[in-house]
Amino acid sequence: MTTAATSCGTRCRTMSLVLAAITGALFGAGLIVSGMTDPARIVGFLDPLRGWDPTLAFVMGGAVIVYAIGFRLIRRHRDDPWFDVRFHLPTRRDVDPQLLAGAALFGIGWGLGGLCPGPGIVAAASGSVPAIAFVLAMLAGMYAQHRTAR
Amino acid sequence: MEVMPSSWLYASIGGAMIGAASLFLLLTHGRIAGISGITGSLLQRSTPDRGWRLAFLGGLISAGLVAAVVAPSAIGASVRSLPIVIVAGLFVGFGTRLGGGCTSGHGVCGLSRLSIRSLIAVATFMTTGAITAMIAGGAS
Repeated sequence: MTTAATSCGTRCRTMSLVLAAITGALFGAGLIVSGMTDPARIVGFLDPLRGWDPTLAFVMGGAVIVYAIGFRLIRRHRDDPWFDVRFHLPTRRDVDPQLLAGAALFGIGWGLGGLCPGPGIVAAASGSVPAIAFVLAMLAGMYAQHRTAR
Repeated sequence: MEVMPSSWLYASIGGAMIGAASLFLLLTHGRIAGISGITGSLLQRSTPDRGWRLAFLGGLISAGLVAAVVAPSAIGASVRSLPIVIVAGLFVGFGTRLGGGCTSGHGVCGLSRLSIRSLIAVATFMTTGAITAMIAGGAS
């Protein structure tokens, strides 16, 4: 295939957006099927003191196995993605204080509410009032981080 | 909490679906499927290509809308009171943007790519998450 993005007309662009939407729907369906949208299950995984629920390990395991194999196949057989001129992959390898502090804060919020961003958005869309409050607070937290980073 | 015999099967299938969707985003758009990054960058004026991000989030939201109709029990009830949930959201939002990722970007994609940053991020948020869940307890 030729580099799609260099000759991406209206139809091609529409197709790229439709595929992105289908991809998001599949991602969301996976979160629901796996049980990630159930805060009790997340807290049950993170808290080994009250009868550890190992389900989350299977979710991560299933996702990582599929992605790890597919990632290597895609990188070996393709120089560029369908709708862009290049792959946008993180290249940093340094461990800075921001990474550690950010991950630590995220973990506290995750253990507290039992929701991470993806499941939070899916649960909010289903009409759960606490999840809607969670997502609005999450967006505020993101905005606050962007402002303080300047 | 009691683990149902088939829950590990649903977890594995659901996990494989998450992995497949993340792969497909890489194949089509060349992007890492990190939900906090996709969402957070839409709040920044400097983000250039918003189309695929909005479409992806639209798909994610549609999954929640469909679940509300066909499988409402799959969306679990909140385990905390509303003020605690809001505090949790603030921590998740601020933390994921500061640390450059969440369970999807660092967890699924990062670990699969053997990224050292993601490995350390996952170990860190699993640790603080476990400590927090243990202190906060089962439900409040």
